[in-house]
Amino acid sequence: MVKKLVKGNIALCEGAIAAGLDAYFGYPITPQNEVPAYMSRKMVELKRVFIQAESELAAANMVLGACATGKRAMTSSSSPGISLKQEAISYMAGMEVPGVIVNVQRGGPGLGNISGSQADYFQAVKGGGHGDYHLIVFAPANAQEMYEIAYNAFDIAQKYRNPVMLLCDGIIGQMMEPVDFNKEPKTKFEYRDWILDGCKGREPRSLKSLLMEDGALEKHNLDLQKKYKLIEENEVKAELYQVEDAEVIIVAYGISSRISKNAIKQAREKGIKAGLIRPITLWPFPSKIIASYAKPGVKFFSVEFSLGQMVEDVKLAVNGKCPVDFLGRAGGGIVSDKDVLNKIIELAK
Amino acid sequence: MEKILSRPKALKDHPLSYCPGCGHGIVHRLVAQAIDDLGIRERTIAVAPVGCAVFAYNYFNFDTTEAPHGRPPAVATGIKRTNPDKIVFTYQGDGDLAAIGTAETIHCANRGENITVIFINNANYGMTGGQMAPTTLLGQVTETTPFGRDPQREGYPINVCELLAGLKGTKYIERVSVCDAPHVIQAGKAIKKAFQNQIEGKGYSFIEVVSHCPVDWGKTPIDATKWVKEEMFKTFPLGVIKDETK
Repeated sequence: MVKKLVKGNIALCEGAIAAGLDAYFGYPITPQNEVPAYMSRKMVELKRVFIQAESELAAANMVLGACATGKRAMTSSSSPGISLKQEAISYMAGMEVPGVIVNVQRGGPGLGNISGSQADYFQAVKGGGHGDYHLIVFAPANAQEMYEIAYNAFDIAQKYRNPVMLLCDGIIGQMMEPVDFNKEPKTKFEYRDWILDGCKGREPRSLKSLLMEDGALEKHNLDLQKKYKLIEENEVKAELYQVEDAEVIIVAYGISSRISKNAIKQAREKGIKAGLIRPITLWPFPSKIIASYAKPGVKFFSVEFSLGQMVEDVKLAVNGKCPVDFLGRAGGGIVSDKDVLNKIIELAK
Repeated sequence: MEKILSRPKALKDHPLSYCPGCGHGIVHRLVAQAIDDLGIRERTIAVAPVGCAVFAYNYFNFDTTEAPHGRPPAVATGIKRTNPDKIVFTYQGDGDLAAIGTAETIHCANRGENITVIFINNANYGMTGGQMAPTTLLGQVTETTPFGRDPQREGYPINVCELLAGLKGTKYIERVSVCDAPHVIQAGKAIKKAFQNQIEGKGYSFIEVVSHCPVDWGKTPIDATKWVKEEMFKTFPLGVIKDETK
């Protein structure tokens, strides 16, 4: 099939549309503006729902409403806007409403800047909103993957009745790459026994996170934990690149994984055995996969466009069996393949 | 013997958590009656607020969802746009609708969403113990206006109906009360019309119910309803504020 040259943000839209997206709710913020702009035309042409909301708060709550009725809905934003969506995200987690939220990350904290960044890892993976909950978090590393992950995100969200986040890079969102739009449009979805669709011929349903009865909220939280355990068992995804004989293993996701791959190629040319573990799911984190390579003589480091976030999870996974180092830059600073190669050489000594 | 009046089917036989003398129970009954009368119970989806009516889903006998504080108009928009055949309404208090949810309220109205909004204005935050609301009257003493609401310090009460009437997206706006039987009858008619408008696709309908909160006001139920008539009606005059449904 002929590939099309598109920005990552457009590939994402096409993936969501092919997945049967019923409604998109957006708000302008750079570097994800291509998404609401593309959706405003495409969704209307397809006779589906597009709304430019009054705020990121409202957009996320519109997703909550649509998904409460079993529809497929998505919102996208970038870092400061994602902070505003955390309210609805926590509610969706508590109410078990399966919305899809896309973060095309930019530099922070605060208004930050519009350069590529990976500084929202903690927010995406460790909670973000209030309460004991997890999002299922995917980190696409190229435009093709933005398309494919968006295509699958809704099935996974609905399967587990859990919000899904796509933690994307501003750089990949903006970069044009050839994409094979090879997925069949999804149209038929099985009936779900929890959705709000009017109580015709059945007892009324209500979706809520407020549980005031004695012990009810603790039970609900324990039930959620059971679900998270199941997700951890079934949904971990990671790419392994030249790790089998590696003495230096990089853990990196998204754009930093691609830069790291270039450095690994250069290191191999110099005879240094370097490899990469690339988490595709950031939660559930590929802890077991990382642990399986934590053997004597191996050194790890993470490469991130932050000042050290995912490295904490790498350390937990390695659990003291090997040294774990870190290489990163903040605020739109780009880690180059040369920086990564130098770190590999330093650790290989 | 024929039973000529009973609990509406749209209202569950469930004890209400509202304080003695509160207006919410009356409004719940009116909403449920309208839904029964219009035969829409099985295709209604309600959005409950955060505030006194947070447990509305325990009382209404149809599909309901909660929403974060102030966000019911956004949640309702998501539901209605993806399910235009369903009857969608929000039930919100003054803090939810006119303070934390002002942006959602105005933009939902301005988009002219074909939904129904039931707004309970009792001039204070009831659930949290009677703090100042955006609709608290000038001079009114609350938990957080111990010296009375002073416009220099706390600004003025917001007249939400008049504010929304200026937006082209709104089609029907009426302010009613449930302080006595004649007003309850009028309120019931207004609420029914607000749902009828939605069924007919006429657009955004907004009913403000000036209601009483005896416990948080520190008044007996009788004094509270008297205060509604003597004081609240001056700031919040009743009547049809806007009707573009004809």
